[in-house]
Formats: sequence, structure tokens, C-alpha cells
Amino acid sequence: MATQVTLNVNGAARSVSVDDPQMPLLYALRDDLGLHGPRFGCGLGQCGACTVHIDGKALRSCQLPVAQAAGRKILTLEGLGSSAQPHPLQKAFIEEQAVQCGYCINGMIMQAKALLDANKNPSDAEIRQALSRNLCRCGTHVRILRAIKRAAAQMA
Amino acid sequence: MLNTIVTRRDFLKTGGSLVVTFSLSGLMPGASAQSAATAKTVAADAVDGFVAIGADGTVGIYSGKVDLGTGVRTALTQIAADELDVPYARVKVIEGDTLLTPDQGPTYGSLSIQIGGMQIRQACATARAALVAQAAQRLGVAAGDVKTQDGACTARGQRVSYQELVGNKNFELKVDPKAATKDPAAYKIVGKPVPRLDIPAKVTGEFQYMQDFRLPGMLHARVVRPAAVRSELVSYDDSAARKIPGYVQTVRKGNFLAVVGTSEWAAIRASRAVKAKWSKWEGLPDRKNLWEYVRKTKINKDEDLQKAGNAADALKGGAKKLSATFNFAIHTHGSIGPSCAVAEWKDGKVTCWSASQQTHLLRKQLAQMLQMKEPDVRCMYIDGSGCYGRNGHEDAAADAVLIAKEIGKPVRVQWMRADEHGWDPKGPPTLIDYRGALDASGKIVAWESDVYIPDRPQQIQVTLVAADLAGLPREPSHPGNIHQALAIPYTVPNIKATAHWLAETPLRPSWIRTPGRMQNTFGNEVFMDELAHAAGADPVEFRLRHLNDKRGIECLERAAKLAGWMPRKSKAEYSGDIAYGRGVSYIKYELVRTYVAAVADVEVNKKTGKIRVAKVCVAHDCGQIINPDGLRNQIEGNVVQTTSRTLIEELKFDRSRVTSVDWVSYPILTFPDVPQVEMDLIDRPSEKPWGAGEPTAAVVPSAISNAVFDAVGVRLRSVPFTPDKVLAAMKSA
Repeated sequence: MATQVTLNVNGAARSVSVDDPQMPLLYALRDDLGLHGPRFGCGLGQCGACTVHIDGKALRSCQLPVAQAAGRKILTLEGLGSSAQPHPLQKAFIEEQAVQCGYCINGMIMQAKALLDANKNPSDAEIRQALSRNLCRCGTHVRILRAIKRAAAQMA
Repeated sequence: MLNTIVTRRDFLKTGGSLVVTFSLSGLMPGASAQSAATAKTVAADAVDGFVAIGADGTVGIYSGKVDLGTGVRTALTQIAADELDVPYARVKVIEGDTLLTPDQGPTYGSLSIQIGGMQIRQACATARAALVAQAAQRLGVAAGDVKTQDGACTARGQRVSYQELVGNKNFELKVDPKAATKDPAAYKIVGKPVPRLDIPAKVTGEFQYMQDFRLPGMLHARVVRPAAVRSELVSYDDSAARKIPGYVQTVRKGNFLAVVGTSEWAAIRASRAVKAKWSKWEGLPDRKNLWEYVRKTKINKDEDLQKAGNAADALKGGAKKLSATFNFAIHTHGSIGPSCAVAEWKDGKVTCWSASQQTHLLRKQLAQMLQMKEPDVRCMYIDGSGCYGRNGHEDAAADAVLIAKEIGKPVRVQWMRADEHGWDPKGPPTLIDYRGALDASGKIVAWESDVYIPDRPQQIQVTLVAADLAGLPREPSHPGNIHQALAIPYTVPNIKATAHWLAETPLRPSWIRTPGRMQNTFGNEVFMDELAHAAGADPVEFRLRHLNDKRGIECLERAAKLAGWMPRKSKAEYSGDIAYGRGVSYIKYELVRTYVAAVADVEVNKKTGKIRVAKVCVAHDCGQIINPDGLRNQIEGNVVQTTSRTLIEELKFDRSRVTSVDWVSYPILTFPDVPQVEMDLIDRPSEKPWGAGEPTAAVVPSAISNAVFDAVGVRLRSVPFTPDKVLAAMKSA
């Protein structure tokens, strides 16, 4: 039977009615809370499109059962900023025009944020390594790299 | 309903007046928005097909070509704003709606600017001339005295805005192919790196993708795929699925099996709980002998694509002769977001939202599948994940339409990762043979090529999987114009380039970025390099020897200059594990448009056989550049995506089914291996604008192969260039 799970999303407590505690967090965020930042790409933890931060760590929301996310701090792309008030990473992605279809970009930004939280001045190789499990099919990689470097410089 | 529908789409939030425009112009005051919108013409020869000016001065531009993540929406906005002399921010582009936008053909072939954009430019030029004529009459001046600026006509200190002239009214004009477009020197927005309209929303989660679209009361479905490409559904047991909370219904039509739930997760769980029994089918060829299979496939017909002189005789008389065989693996589109669609039936009519690159063609196919009249089917485009050709979007649309009809409720079908990898149509395997001869002076005297590719039915369309599985009416699949670019852009006295159209191909074929042009250019440009080597010539100089095209020569020379090309006739020797090389490639796309030349720098690990593409330098001439930053973005994407396809990608299958069903079994290039991209954009503002979505991709595989030859002296003639192939080639060298 359905149970209520309280999620702390972008600083607000949100209650979600859940039939199956094993349902990946991704579906609660997208379908129950109407968030568009985290995206369904593979459901297998292979592509990174669904990346969110849980207690400050970048995780794949398609792999995390919703019940295990209860009570932990969830940060999504929407929690970073808006087009009116973008986070420095979002601003850098806009300035570098680092998007083609943009489907992967949520993961790129959320993964990059985790990197910059831990390493304020990463090298090119460190950025590439940090994003090595995030897939982009349009081939926007060179712009994404530039955007992350720009954000790092701006945030320094 | 239209209001609900369009409210969900981006444009109406800012351009809500547009619908009102038609309710008034349609001479149906008080009529519902649905019938009012029906009044808008979609004729591709009518100004009103493309352009509408609202009462508030908002300009609606209706485009049959859609933005697949390429930035074309922004480019079309630039073209229209400049041609009409209206502020850029006042232009709203509405795309891919069969009820509202003209059929400008599918969004493929690098034609969105070249064809789609130029139709819009001509419609805008016609509209501007009409506005000027009306203003002249209104202001009592000669048309020649009227200037257009900022959405208004001015003359002798008087001013009348466009909306005062035609706001909420139709133009009732045919597009005049002779209407004067502006002097390119007068363009203020065209040619500028205008930031893309969609990017702020895409980096903040505010953007609505197809995958985000929801209707009230909508249910969710997942399709249960057959165990083999052509297996029959013997029976199924959904008793376990019925126990899943949120389970609604199982839908079966022939071999089409789907499960509907109240939520996505319910549909996923229930679809996994269905026990389906499929018949055994092992009709796919043995992948280990794929090229033998292709060579032995029945040929439906032969077609000479390029013919000059007598290649067969000239080959016999050549001073030096070469021959080589190339093959190019089956590739999948690999969209990061699996295909998704929503369908809703009402009063015997169906509306379908999808990320289809071809809503008009999709409507035709859906109508055919369901034996309906086309006007009773409406297809609307919403941006999805990039598709790079005909991927699974249309198939998801067919799934949704079929399921929604069965259950009588709106339904969303989201393909899972294995659906996309396993069931989207594929770029077919390509096999090409070459023979060439040099004369005593080191020039090519004869060139023969033979490509083996799946045959084309009449209609350019790809069978809908749902129609196939459900046994509903459908046309056979067309692989796209994959014969293009076998013809070479060089002056050679004796040429014969032939396509052998095959009766079958292992998997449902379709077009994937640079279809055929990539495969054919790979063979052409590596074989060109082989001839250069046989002639003892530098690869750039050898190409220039055979080029008689001013723009082509400039393009190739500028790529060489950008890369700092030094003449090379034989490979250098490297004592360490890593060997370095560079290779060149050139194309004039389909012999009639965009010129691209590229120089690739590679590192080859002689121990492991791994190739790393360090840098690719591109010179690119697509005529008039609409948005240089958008163009750079496309060229970078072409290089990176094609590096992935060239080095890594190969679709695997067993005798029954595709076995590359995720990113582990079908890996793509990741950040550590992404090359640097440098480019020289050749802008020709007074020339026609040509496409840029595909041409650069055509030269990448050959530039890499030629660079590997430069590094280690072996020719890679089989894509992908996996380490085992590199090691095998080095061993036998």
C-alpha cells in the first residue's frame, strides 16, 4: 500500500506518496514533484543524465530507491539557480553556449558542481576525469570543458 | 483544447496573441481556438503559411523544419528578423505542427537553413514588400520612399507599424520567388553569434522536453519487446503484472504487447512482470561473417552514380594500379534520452506529441497505419533528446497512438534504454571496393568504386515498429540517400562510381548523421591517400593536383595552414610506444554544396593498438554564415561524435536480436578521449547559405585513418578502428 515519504528537495520538505519504496528517486522527482532537471537517460546508472546531489555528493537518481533518499538533502539543477538568477556554473554554460540538445546537461552541471565543491581549480585532465562517466551524444564536450573552466575561474 | 495544448508549448507563453491572430483572420469571431487554428494555411507557397503578424507586433514564423538541438530555431529567428526588419525578440518560431506549419520536408540532410531557412527568408521578403506597398498607399508616398525598420514602415517623417498594417489579418499572398531579399551587407543579425534562445532554460531545468510533457488524466505505458526481431508472440501471462499497484491494462495487437499503468514506475514494474512466450527466430546473419553476407546479398539493381571516360580501359593502361576494400559497421543513433511520445484520441481524431524530425511524414505514416484520413491526425513537435537522424521518436509515436486508441485515454510511452538501442533503426553496414590507377606523371588516370548498400523503396520513410509488430499497413523502410558522396569531388579523366542496391540488410535501416556520405567519403578519401602514397606525393599536394574548384582549393589550403601542415611523403619513425601522425581529408558535400577539409592529429599506442585523436583542424565553407557560434557548435559536435563512431562504435547482434542494448555493450567516446577542435570558418556573406549539420562528419573517419597511416604505416579500412584491428594491421604490415 502507498506510504508517504518526505523528501528534502532544494531546501523544502516535499511529501510523496509511494507504492513501492524501491522506486528510483528519479521518478519521484520528475513525476511526483514535476522537476525537469534530472532526466531519464538509461535507468542503469551508465549515462549521468539523472544526476542529483544527495547530502552534497553527486549520485545517479535512477539508481537510488526513493525510500533511501528520505531525510537526506537532495539538490537538483533547479536548486542551483534559475535563468533569471543562474548559478555561476549555469551562467558559464550559457556564456560558453555549451549546449546542443541539452539532454545530458543536467548531469554535466551537477557532476561539475561536485567537482568544484571539492577542487576549486581543477586541471583539464581532472575535469575530464570527473566527467568521464557522463555521456553526451551531440559532441558538446569541448564546450562543456570550457564552461567548467570558466565557472571555476569565476568562482575562485 | 488547442489552448491547453499550446499553453504547454514554449511559444504561447510569450506569443499568445498568435492564436488570436487566426481567430480573427479566419473570419470566425467567437469561434473556438481549435477551429480558428484550423483556418491557418500550411501551404508552403503562401506567405501566411510561414509568417503571421499579431496585433501586438509579435511575429510568428511557422517552420516545418525543427530544432533538434542544433540551434536552428535561433538561426531561423535571425533570418526572419533581419528580412522583415523586426526586433529579434519579437519573433517567435513555431515548429513541426502539422496543423500550423508548412511541410518543408523532414529535418535531415543539412537542409534546415539551405532549404527551410531560405523558404522562410523568401516569405519574409514577400511580406516586407507587401507591407511597404500598403504603407506607401496609407502614407500617400511612393513605395521607393518607404523604409522598414524596427517593425514599422517610415517615410517622410511618418510611421506606420506592421501591426497597424496587417496585425491579425492574413497576407493572402503567394510567396514571390522573385521578391528581393536584402543586400547581404544590410543584414544586422544574420552573421552574428547571437546566443541561442533555448540555452538558459536548458541549463536550469526550466526547459520542457518531450519527455517532460504531460496531459491531464494521462496514463503511462511500456512496450514488452519480442525476444527476437521477428519472433511471434505465442502467449503471455500478465497475472503477476495485475498485482502491481497502479497496473491498468495489458494491450496486445498481434506481436505488439504493452502494459499501461497510472504511473511510470507502475508501468515499468508491470511490464517487467509480464511473462511473454515468443517463438524462436534466428534469421539474422552471423555477425562474424557480416561482410561476406553483404557481398553475397542479392543485388536488386546497379546504378552508376558518376561516369566519365572509360575507367575499365584506363585501369588496364595505368602505370601504377591499386585496389582496396572498405567496410563500415552498423551504427545506432544513441540518443541520450530514449524516445518518448504522448497521444490522445478525441472524436475519432488523434493528436500525437513527439520529438519527430518529420511530423508531416509521421502523420502520413500514422494515418496509413490506422487507415485514417490524414487531416484526422495531428502531429506536434516538442524538443527531445538529439536524434541525429531517424531514431526511435516516430516509433514511440506509433506505440502511443496505438495504445491510446486501445485504452481510450491519453497515454505517454517512454522507451527504455534497451528499446532505444535495440529497436531504433540502424545505419546499415556498408561495403565499398576501389580500383585506381596512376599515370606516369603521378596523376590519377582511372577511378572505380562499387558500394553495396540496401535498396530504396519509393517513399523515404522507415517502417513504424508498432505497425510491423501489430501487422498493420506499412511501407518498407528506406535507408536514406546513402549513395550520395560516392561520386568524387576531383577532376579525373576516367571515373565509374557504382551503387549496387541490395535486396536486404540485417536490421531495419534508416539515416544516421551523414548517411552514406560518411561511409563513402571514408572510402574515397582513404583511397585517395593510398594513391597519393603510391605516387610518392604529399597528401595535400596530391589532392590539389586533382582539384579544379576555387572554393575547394581555398578550403583545403586553409585547413592545411590552420594545422601547420608540413609536406609528408613517408612516415616518421618513433622509437617509443606512441607514434604520432596526421592525416587530411576533403569533401565538397554531394558535389554541390558545403566544402570541408580537415586535418587530424593522432597518437597510436603501438603496444595496445589504441588510437587517441588529439586534435582536429577544420576549414569550413558553407557560404553565408547565419550564426558563426552555432556553426562552431555544430562542427565541434560533428568532430567529436564522428571520432566516437570511427574509433569505437559497432552494433552487435546475435542470430535473433541486437545485443548492444546499453552503454556498456555499445560504448561511446567519453571526456578523457575527446579531441581538441580548431576551425577556420570561411564566411561568404553574398553566397547562398548551405548546411553544416553533416558535412564535417563526412571527413573525420578518413582523416583519422590517414593520420594512423602517417603514424604507423598501416591502412585502416574497417570502421571502427578498434585496438585489435590496429594491432592486427601492424602485425601483418
